[in-house]
Amino acid sequence: MNAAYEFVTGPLAWFAWGVFLLGSAWRLYSMYQLAKKKDASSMAYMDLGFSLRSIVNWLIPFNALGWRKSPAMTVATFAFHICLILVPVFLVAHVVLWTEFFGISYATLPDNVTDAMTLVVLAACLFFAGRRLTQKDVAYITTCKDWVALVIVTLPFLTGFLAYHQLFDYQVMIIAHIVAGEIMLAAIPFTRLSHMVFAAFTRAYMGSEFGGVRHARDW
Amino acid sequence: MGITERLIEDVGLRRGVSRLTPEKIEKTVMAVLQGETGARLKTYAETCMRCGLCAEACHFSLSHPGDPSYTPAGKVHQTMGVLLAKNGRVDPDFIYGMAQLAYTECNLCRRCVHYCPIGIDTGYIMSTVRRICHKLGVTPQYIQDTAHSHSATVNQMWVKDDEWTDTLMWQEEEARDEFPGLRIPLDKEGSDIFYSVIAPEPKFRTQLIYQAAAIMHMAGADWTMPSEPGWDNSDMCMFTGDFEVMGRIKRAHFECAQKLKVKRIVMGECGHAFRSIYDVGNRWDAWKMSPVPVIHSIAYFWELMTEGKIKLAKKYPGPVTVHDPCNVVRGRGLHLKLRELVRFLVDGDIIETASHGEHNLCCTAGGGVINTGPPFKNVRVAGSKAKAEELRATGVKTIVAPCHNCHGGLEDTVHAYKLGMEIKFLGDIIYECMERPEA
Repeated sequence: MNAAYEFVTGPLAWFAWGVFLLGSAWRLYSMYQLAKKKDASSMAYMDLGFSLRSIVNWLIPFNALGWRKSPAMTVATFAFHICLILVPVFLVAHVVLWTEFFGISYATLPDNVTDAMTLVVLAACLFFAGRRLTQKDVAYITTCKDWVALVIVTLPFLTGFLAYHQLFDYQVMIIAHIVAGEIMLAAIPFTRLSHMVFAAFTRAYMGSEFGGVRHARDW
Repeated sequence: MGITERLIEDVGLRRGVSRLTPEKIEKTVMAVLQGETGARLKTYAETCMRCGLCAEACHFSLSHPGDPSYTPAGKVHQTMGVLLAKNGRVDPDFIYGMAQLAYTECNLCRRCVHYCPIGIDTGYIMSTVRRICHKLGVTPQYIQDTAHSHSATVNQMWVKDDEWTDTLMWQEEEARDEFPGLRIPLDKEGSDIFYSVIAPEPKFRTQLIYQAAAIMHMAGADWTMPSEPGWDNSDMCMFTGDFEVMGRIKRAHFECAQKLKVKRIVMGECGHAFRSIYDVGNRWDAWKMSPVPVIHSIAYFWELMTEGKIKLAKKYPGPVTVHDPCNVVRGRGLHLKLRELVRFLVDGDIIETASHGEHNLCCTAGGGVINTGPPFKNVRVAGSKAKAEELRATGVKTIVAPCHNCHGGLEDTVHAYKLGMEIKFLGDIIYECMERPEA
C-alpha cells in the first residue's frame, strides 16, 4: 500500500500536473497559432476593453439574459464552479501536502466549510446529471464526452469526501482519490474540461465583436 | 424529432443532392473545415458543454416547445456536430436535411449569444454549414436564384441597368408633383450622402424611394444615387454561403460610392444589408471596417431629427410597438436611437414587447429564410409563433419595423396569427407626418 501511495503522490503526480500544465500551455499555443492562420479577421477585432466587459458581465450571477432565464441552473453553475476551484486550492489536507513536499504554505479554509462545499459540488453534479437525463433539450444534445466530463469531475470530490470521513477502507479510498484528482488534471487540456482554458477567449471574442463592431451588448 | 421528420421538397435542394456522392461530400466538407475554419470552430465544438441554456434563446425553439431539435445546440448537433464526428463521411440524404435546417430553421440572429455563458456563436457555425452546402451545390432554389441575380446583374432582383435609372426617374417625376423642385440627383460627385437601397425597392417597394427622396428634399440634403450597377446594398450571397460573389458585390457597392467621392453612404431601412456592409462582406474583402462610412436610416433620421431638419405637420397616432430588427440592434445597437425617433414621431406611448432591444425576438424572416421562398413559408410562419404572441400581448395596432425583410416576415405573421396590426417603416411615418410645400 505504501508503494502505491508513494507512486501516486510521486511520479504519477508529476506526470498528471505536467500533462495539465504543459498540455494546457500547448493547447493555448496551438489554438493561438491556428487562430492567427485561419481566423485572422477575428483576431483583428479582439479588443481588451470589450473582452473584459463581456467576461465581467457574465461573471455576475443573473446579470446576463441567459442566466436570468435559467435561475436554477445559474445557482448550480456558480456554486459548482466556485466550490470546485476553492476546495482543492484551500483544503487543509492539500496545503499540508504542498508544505510537506515543497515548503509552500498559505491560508486554508476550515474543514467543516470545505466539507460543506464538497457536498455542494456533489449536489451540483447530481443536478447536472439529472438535467441530462430528464430535460429533453439537454438530453437531445448530450454526447458521451459530456458524461465523461461529469464523471471525471465528480470522482475526486466523491472519493475525497469518503476518504476524509474515513468511510470504507481509507487506504484504498485515498489512493482512489489521488488518482481521480490526477485524472481530472490530466483530462483538462484534452476533454470538454478545456473550457477552463478556452472560455475566457471565446467570451473575449464575442465581447469584442459585439462591442467593437456591433456596438451592442452580448449579455 | 429532428429535421429528418419534417423534410420539405425543394427542387434546388433535390437537384443539388442528386449530384452528390459520399466521396464528393467528404472531400468538400473537409476542404471547408480545414481550409476555411480555424480556432473559432474548434473551440466552439470542444467547449460547448451541451448545457442547454441556449434552448430558450431561439424563437424557433420557443415556437415549438417540447421539441429539442429546434434549439441552437440542437441545430448544431444535427448538422455540424455530425460532420465533425464523422469527418465528413455522410451520405447525400443527410446533406438534404442538413441544408434544409441550415437555410430555413436558423435566422442567424445571434440571440443565442445572449444565453451562452461560454460565448459560442451559433450563427457562425450555421453560416459555416451553409458555406459547406453552397460548396456542395445544395441550396434552396429561390435563394439560389437570388444569388445568381447578384452574380449576373450585381443586384438581388434581376433589375436591368436601364430599369434602374428608369425607376428612379419615374419616382422623381411623380414626386415633383407633390414637391416641386425635387430631384434624385444621379452620379453627383462629392455629395455628402450616397443613398443606397436594396433591390426590392425599385422592384416592388418603389414608394420607399419616393419617400426617401421627399425626406431628403425637405431636409435640404446634399445627396446622390448612382446610375450604374453597384447601387444595391443587399447581399443574399452572404446567406447562401457564396462568399466569393458576396465579396464581388460588396466591392462593387463600395467602389461605386468611392468613384463618386461621397462622404458617406446612408442605407435605406434594411437589416441584412447593413450587416453585410459593416461586418461580413467587408471582412471578406479584407476591410476591417467599411471603407466608406455607412450609416443606417435610423441613425440618419435621428441625425435629421436632432438637427431640426424634420419638421412635422402632425404626429402619428399611437400607441405603437417597436420591432427591433436583429441586424440593427444586435448589429449596431441602434435600438435606443430608434426609440428616440419613434417618441418624436408618435403621439402616444411605445408599448414594448416582452423581449425588446438587444434581446428582441427575430421576425423569423431574416438570415435569408424568407428568401428561400414559398416551399418554406410555413416553416417560417410556424417559427414566428413566439413573436406573434409577444406582439399580440402589446394590444397595439401599429408595429414600427425599420427593415424590409422584417416587413415581409411580420406581414405573414400578422396575417397567419390574425393579429390585425399594421407595419410601418420609419420612412412611411416621417413622410406621412412631415410638412410639405403648399399644394
